[in-house]
Amino acid sequence: MAADRVRDIWGTRTAYASGESWPERVDTHLVNGVAEADVERWVQSACLLCSNGCGVDVAVAGNQMVGMRGRAVDRINKGRLGPKGLFGWQGQLRDRLTRPLVRRNGELVEASWDEAMGLVVDRSRALLEQKGPLSHGFYTSGQLMLEEYYTLAVIGKAGIGTPHMDGNTRLCTATAAASLKESFGTDGQPGSYADLDTCDAMFHYGHNVAETQTVMWARMLDRLEGADPPQHVTVDPRRTKVAERSAVHLAVRPGTNQAVMNGLVRELIQHDWIDHEFVDAHTVGFEELARVVDEYTPERVSEVCRVEARDVRAAAEIFGTSQRVVSTVLQGFYQSHQATAASVAVNNMHLLRGMLGRPGAGILQMNGQPTAQNNRETGVDGDLSGFRNWQNEEHVRELAELWDVDPIVIPHWSPPTHAMQLFRYAEQGSVGFLWIAGTNPAVSLPELSRIRRILGSDKVFVVVNDGYLSETALLADVVLPSALWAEKTGTFTNVDRTVHLSEQAVEPPGESRSDLDIWVDYARRMGFTDRSGRPIPRWDSPEAAFDGWRECSRGRPCDYSGMSYEKLRGGSGIQWPCTDEAPDGTERIYTDHVFNTFDDYCETYGHDLLTGAAVTATGHAATRFDGRARLKAAPWTSPPENPGDDYPLTLSTGRTAYQFHTRTKTGRAPELNEAAPDAWVEISTDDAEALGIAEGDLVRVESVRGSIEVAARVSRIRAGTVFVPFHYGDGDGGGRRRAANELTITAWDPVSKQPAFKNGAVRLTRLAGGDGPAPAPDTTASARVTTAEG
Amino acid sequence: MHLATYIGLLEQGERTLGSSFRQVAHGHAEEADVFHTCLNLAAQCDAHVEALAPAIERYGEHKDAEPERLHAEGLSETRSGGIGLLRDLHDLYLLASYLDMAWTLVGQAAKGARDTEMIQIVDSCDHETTGQLAWLKTRLKAAAPQALLVAD
Repeated sequence: MAADRVRDIWGTRTAYASGESWPERVDTHLVNGVAEADVERWVQSACLLCSNGCGVDVAVAGNQMVGMRGRAVDRINKGRLGPKGLFGWQGQLRDRLTRPLVRRNGELVEASWDEAMGLVVDRSRALLEQKGPLSHGFYTSGQLMLEEYYTLAVIGKAGIGTPHMDGNTRLCTATAAASLKESFGTDGQPGSYADLDTCDAMFHYGHNVAETQTVMWARMLDRLEGADPPQHVTVDPRRTKVAERSAVHLAVRPGTNQAVMNGLVRELIQHDWIDHEFVDAHTVGFEELARVVDEYTPERVSEVCRVEARDVRAAAEIFGTSQRVVSTVLQGFYQSHQATAASVAVNNMHLLRGMLGRPGAGILQMNGQPTAQNNRETGVDGDLSGFRNWQNEEHVRELAELWDVDPIVIPHWSPPTHAMQLFRYAEQGSVGFLWIAGTNPAVSLPELSRIRRILGSDKVFVVVNDGYLSETALLADVVLPSALWAEKTGTFTNVDRTVHLSEQAVEPPGESRSDLDIWVDYARRMGFTDRSGRPIPRWDSPEAAFDGWRECSRGRPCDYSGMSYEKLRGGSGIQWPCTDEAPDGTERIYTDHVFNTFDDYCETYGHDLLTGAAVTATGHAATRFDGRARLKAAPWTSPPENPGDDYPLTLSTGRTAYQFHTRTKTGRAPELNEAAPDAWVEISTDDAEALGIAEGDLVRVESVRGSIEVAARVSRIRAGTVFVPFHYGDGDGGGRRRAANELTITAWDPVSKQPAFKNGAVRLTRLAGGDGPAPAPDTTASARVTTAEG
Repeated sequence: MHLATYIGLLEQGERTLGSSFRQVAHGHAEEADVFHTCLNLAAQCDAHVEALAPAIERYGEHKDAEPERLHAEGLSETRSGGIGLLRDLHDLYLLASYLDMAWTLVGQAAKGARDTEMIQIVDSCDHETTGQLAWLKTRLKAAAPQALLVAD
């Protein structure tokens, strides 16, 4: 049985040396009173509570989920599970919606599926007749199945013909996609988790892997305990567990990532830690890059980022002198104002040293959510399906042929609408029909007072698919109860392109239906048909949707054509591309150092990193990238909001190891709720002293947009910066505002359009003494100073 | 020599474009990307004015009567709503195009005068003006269908 994975987040060490394979360690949790012998069947799946994608078997007894066990055979976790994986599923066992709800006289009341779907279809039809397809918007998730996303993509792009489709992946992974597209021509992760087993250095850019992907960190810890451990370097304003184990920790001031990256790139160039042969043969843009970074001396970086110049030099030296480096990047970079530029700079570092496409040398532009990758691939998140290029008529024609519709139906006059713009259109009333599925924007989007106003307005008819009566569902006009993970079958893909099959283990509660069933029902009622009169979509089951997707992906980088449900059953997950030529999948892409920048193959012609202006087809063709990677540069610019006299501190928001997203599941799992039951604000010792704030005091955190009242945690965060976890909505806070996004600014990266959550100016006021320490975990970056110092 | 006249036009034009970007930023602050991008682009215009200082020192900047018709009108107020945004960004596009051509012509003269420093100034500034045009075009194209077909 698993040890106490709440206190011991990463579990027992199974040390291994460079080049060895990561040992197995099987973690199991069965609910009280259930023994292994009581389990009637184990059903194959993968964990849906972070982007790592650990293979699991779900224990079922009496048609109920009763436990979880890591799959030893799976390449991602070799049997391990983190706290969320072991305990989080229990949140699905309570407070579930069981019947559709419709708003009558201002109140949400139970209704039949027929009534609820009738309302949805009536409103949809009326708006399509009056205003056309641009009146419709869809905002989905990073937690549905590939089959559900692809089904919605086809309905939205070929059935309705609206460009307004995005996912909450915009908040978590849009920059991973954007940076890969800018550098390499298409989305697609260059690295593989296997690279962690052989690298001699790991760089973590705004990535608190110890908390966001706990099992991945367990793998890194096992390398640290073994022979030939890699050196770690961390860029993060917080003193995370990752920073504690790092040779160099650059605790940069939020909003300055691009300056530190330009400094690191400059050091590589100054010391000639450059693989010139690689750069000459496989990249374009070196001279412009060298010109832009030239002014970012370690001293200049020190001044802008408030880090030591010698640490900048030391970090660059580790990168410049190691033979195999893995870089991981996440929200510290993605949710900042120059998100794409800074993440592209990480790609640049690897390109300058030829550090990709070979064992141990890889880039992991991380994902936030477990199925975010599939939202990107299928194109319900502001892309065209199959990493196709909306500016390329031939790509659009391929889709039109596949879906049997006129190409003009598929919106491709501009990039599909991003989430923040979609909500702006809803605010203005030009999007009058907004369908939200599997996500909770009333907690997760920036500037919540505005989001509540939009969702609650009469201008827009809001449909919500969810398993719970979330803060968002409470504002909807129609709420449809969704079957959740393990209550339906589907596939999803993790950070390193590993595809898992997740089989239905139990029946969904009450009248709940899968999102796939709900959207097929909608499409049938609407009567969407293709040119041959066949229904859109042509399928109504997950496996048939998967087969449809295999065709759509054929010949594209994310090629699933060689996969099937049958093949995914039994063993480990499989990495795409998986084709007739590579039937077992592909561990690493770009091994020949030929990138996806050919004019007729790339997913985008690229953008200006400062403004987001699109490069034209002609401009791209003239540069003749032809398989060479794009080295792209940008100077550092000041963030959209800076601290000043009234609001002297910088706000950063983020996650804790025990909770996921807006806690709809993890907040209902007893072990996880107990470990992190309420929100807090982290503040440095210096700032706490100056403000007369002690551990556990109730404080008000205010920005120009709103305020929250939470307990203070005096932690080892850098002075001048405070941190609030974003998981906690106001719905279960007893009337006291505590959601981090009451404070955050409406601003986004110009290329990836990812909101800049990690920016904003706030002030803190002590309201009252506390009755004990803040409800923040002591096992993680939020540890009390007293605890951390011993 | 009329180069001074054109340098004067450029300097005045960059000031006008900078204040027009600011006008649009504040007038459409609810479009968060427009707000932040326009402020960044306004700062570029300020930098262009500064970059012109050595040229003005060398060639002067008479405000000749002859090319008066080329005077660029700035934006004095912003319109509202989706269509208002479209028209204001369109106005900015016209202003920036005017400057783009002015930079090109001054650049041509700088080449004729074998003025290396001036050539460099023009290259780096015009590169940014081209970037401003590219952003305006991208943003306008994305906004047009919604504003022209669906907005109230």
